[in-house]
Formats: sequence, structure tokens, C-alpha cells
Amino acid sequence: MTYEQALDLVKTSLTRIVPDADFTALGPTDKFRDRLELDSLDFLQFVETLAELGGCRLDEDDYPRLVTLDGSTRLVAERAA
Amino acid sequence: MAEFTMPSLGADMDEGLLQEWLVAVGDQVHKGDAIAVVETDKAAIEVECFEDGTVGRLLVEPGTRVPVGTSLAVIETGVAPAPAPAPASAPVAVAETETETGTKAEVSSAPDADGRQPPAEPAPAHRPLPVGTAPPREAVAVGPLVRHLAEQKHLDLAGIRGTGRGGRVTRRDVERATATHPRVRVTPYARRLAGELHVDLAQVRGSGELGAVRAVDVRAAARTGPTVLPAPGPPTAAAPPSPTRAPAAAAHAAVPKPEPFRTRPATASPAPVGEDRTAAMRKAIAALMARSKREIPHYYLSTTVDLDTALTWLHTHNNACPVAERLLPAAPLLKAAALAARQVPELNGFWTDGHFEPGDGVHLGVAVSLRGGGLLTPVLHGADTLGLPALMAALKDLAVRARTGRLRGSELTGATLTVTSLVEQGVETVFGVIHPPQVALVGFGAVTDRPCAVNGLLGVRPMVTATLAADHRASDGAVGARYLTTLNRLLQHPEEL
Repeated sequence: MTYEQALDLVKTSLTRIVPDADFTALGPTDKFRDRLELDSLDFLQFVETLAELGGCRLDEDDYPRLVTLDGSTRLVAERAA
Repeated sequence: MAEFTMPSLGADMDEGLLQEWLVAVGDQVHKGDAIAVVETDKAAIEVECFEDGTVGRLLVEPGTRVPVGTSLAVIETGVAPAPAPAPASAPVAVAETETETGTKAEVSSAPDADGRQPPAEPAPAHRPLPVGTAPPREAVAVGPLVRHLAEQKHLDLAGIRGTGRGGRVTRRDVERATATHPRVRVTPYARRLAGELHVDLAQVRGSGELGAVRAVDVRAAARTGPTVLPAPGPPTAAAPPSPTRAPAAAAHAAVPKPEPFRTRPATASPAPVGEDRTAAMRKAIAALMARSKREIPHYYLSTTVDLDTALTWLHTHNNACPVAERLLPAAPLLKAAALAARQVPELNGFWTDGHFEPGDGVHLGVAVSLRGGGLLTPVLHGADTLGLPALMAALKDLAVRARTGRLRGSELTGATLTVTSLVEQGVETVFGVIHPPQVALVGFGAVTDRPCAVNGLLGVRPMVTATLAADHRASDGAVGARYLTTLNRLLQHPEEL
């Protein structure tokens, strides 16, 4: 999967939780949990959606990489092959 | 025959706005069916009926604000069949309407909602509120609710095959038809906002992904709507205009339409809009919390719980599960709080009429903060009996619906004990304010790695501070201490939760 495709999945997953998410104001290395005010339930839903859309497994041990748009995108791009 | 009354959806609720009927006269209803949407200061709530029967009369018009306890509808609980349909051209009997208006004047602070209709206006095919008569039938057999739904979704009813009794078009038929019908994509928040601002979504151009309508689009449409209709109808002498409370802008389609079912009459105070809603929620919270601190002599206890065992167990569990079944630390914390309440029942229940009334079962109110401020406390009923996966699923469901959509009345009432968790906010300790008439509130702070003594050595473990705020009228410190130590003990055996 290309970076752009993966980024798209990441943004889609976030949009499902925060429909009004403004990605123009969110840098690739910003911590989106803080910026979008995601709590642990929201975050779990994000991981769930992303794993489903990417068709890949995302474990709790992966959570430290699922902090920024860039980190999440790279992980999904790798994982979804 | 039974009366369906405006329910109290929390100790802080004195009145509610009937936003929408989900049933029509003649509909069969069952205990537990959601039959109306009530807007409180905090949220739109689906309220359920407590009887099996047939809807006999709808006594209050959508858009009316009434005190708790006001009769909203009559449910015929006999086995009476639905009333015979009126002839297609039958206008609503004037006498009925007047009787109805009289009834409303008695029960409602919002006077004479019928006065809003100018006499010159052509009688719409479907009156906003079929009172005491069945809706007029046309070629397609369909109830007013379903007709309204179809209208909302811009569907031609003639094109839908009814699968209900006698070929009647049911709600499901309409939903099925819309599933294959190209429709406006709208974010949930934008949809709610559109309802609040009276914006017709079909007229809004979406700027979101795939043309989805976003909240900004709805706000823009509300400001610059193609035709801004004045609030419907001239105010009558009995109903002075209330410009400040009326919806600021009502962007409707340019062509005058028969008044839709849901339009709020100008004479009724409208639901709080946007910032007003936040302000209303603030006010409700303020009133309840002030009452709590005025009446309840709180005492506070606190203990630190080592979560190493629980979190290790959770991690192992989660690694063996698909994401959808993963548990958050909140699940064992809530379950332990519920089980401890069962073991220390003195803290589970209500203070009423000068004495403690134990709760029937453990129903945990869970404080959920909302985007944009404020909070709701949906209830996990029978939380002590739920397995962790079931509890987790229920929690997710309640939190999502508290934030995006509708909760049911029963999901906001009946809590015997409330838990608040500031785990997300990164603070260590929360001393809560009890939600009257409950007698205790459990608080969890953030789970953090802290130094502590482990087997005579200094170790670093994930810890959480659990607190208890309790009503000193109902219990003493020893009881509270027993609760927290029980909670701590339970959390050391996560596999048994």
C-alpha cells in the first residue's frame, strides 16, 4: 500500500469519530489524540476502524506508533502490504 | 387505558420539550418501545412506554415544553383494535381541535399552538397532529410517522411496496428504499445541527469528503439560507412573540410546503440551539451540583490501587482478541466498582425522605464528557452481573450514543451509584460531587507508573487513585473504607471479574 493510500485510510478512520476533523490544521507529526480530543474509547474505535479498512492486525503494542498521522500511516502502509 | 407522561430523566430535570412523536394514533406499542423524543437541557432522549397497547391519543404537540408528569399521550391497554381510518378528505374535526387546545392550555406552559396557522393556509394533506382521529388514508396506506420519514428522505411513497398489514408501508420499507436511494451524505453532528437550526439538508451543498455535508455547511446555510421563513404563523394575543427564543434562522426550500410534522411552533419555546444548548446544560449541571453540595454532607476517602496484575491480565487478553473485543482498563475498574457496591450495599441506593433506600441491583452511572463541554451520565444497568466483554460493549455503545446520537430514557435513569473517571485528563485524583439522590460517587484518576514498595523493595508499578465521596447521612467512614478496600481486593483478581 502506498503512503497516500494509507494516509487516506487513517484520515477516514479519524473522520468516522470526529466528523468535523480539520486535517489542514493537523500536521503529520502532531499528536492527534490531543488535537482531536480523542479519549480511550474514541481511540479504540479508531484502531478498530483502521484495522478493518486496512485489513491488517493492529495490536496494543502498536499503539505507541498510532499517535501521529505520519506514524499511523507508515504502520498501515507496512502492515497492509 | 394508561397515561404516558413526561418522564423525569434525571434529578435535575423539571420539564422537557417534546421534540417528536415516533408513533401515531392507532399504532401498536409494546413495553420498552421508544415512542417519543424528548429534549432535555442536556440531550435529545428517546423515551419508552411502560405498557403494551395501542396509541389512543397524542395530547401534546411536538415543540411543546411541558413539566415532568404532564400527560403526553393515552395508551389504550385493552385489546382494542386500531381505530377505523377516517375518509381520505376528512378534515380534522374542529371540535376535537378546540378540545385539544383546551387540554393543552391546562397542561402546558406553551399556550395555543394552534393559533399559529393562518386560516388562509390550505389544509395540508396531513395535519401536523392527528388528534383523536386516524390519519387520512390515500392510495398508499401509510402512517403519519412513515410519511414524515419519507418526506424527510425525499421519497415518493407511491413507489414503495408496503410489506405491513394490508399492504401498509412501514418504517422499515422506507428505510429499505432509502438504502438504495442516492441520498445526501451528512455527518451525524451536521444532521443534528440541521435539525436544531431548521435547515433543510437537501438544500445544503456539502464541502466534506465525497460531498458530505458538514456542520460548517449547515451553519453557513442557516446564515445565508435561500429563503428565510419567518417563524410560522402570526402570534396570537395569548401567545406574545418571543423573538429572543425563536430559532434565529429557518432556511427552508423556496416553495411553500405543507407544514412538516416536526416544525416547532413559534409559540412553544424552542429547543436550545448551539451555544444555548451548552448554556442550558451548564445550568442543569449547576443546579444539580449546587443542590448536592447544599444538601449532602460529603465525606471523602482515597486509596491507591496497584493495577500491575490487572493490566498484565488485560494485555494478555487483548493480544488474543480482535480489536473489536479488546478491553480498556475502564472495564475492570467499573466492574470492580459494581461488585464492591454489591458487597457494601450501604453505598448503593438513594437518600429519600430522610432515610436510605437500598438500590434494587447495581446500576452504575458513568460520567461521559461531551465534545464541546458538559457531561451526561448514562447508566450501565446490572453492571455487577455483566461479564467484562459485555460491560465493555455496553460502555462503548452508551458513550458513542451519548456523544453522537440518542440515548433512551431508561439509559439515563435509575443509577444507584455513579463512577467518574478522569483517566483521560491526566490528573491523579478526583474527588467527586454526589449525584442526588444517590449516596456515593466513586472516582478514578489517571493510571500512572509510580514508585511503591513491593516485597520490601522499591518498585515501579502502574497505579490508580480510587476515591469515594459519600453521603454522611447514609453512611460513616468505616463503611466507605470497607468499600475501597473491597474494590482494591477485587482489582487484584482480574480473572474473577
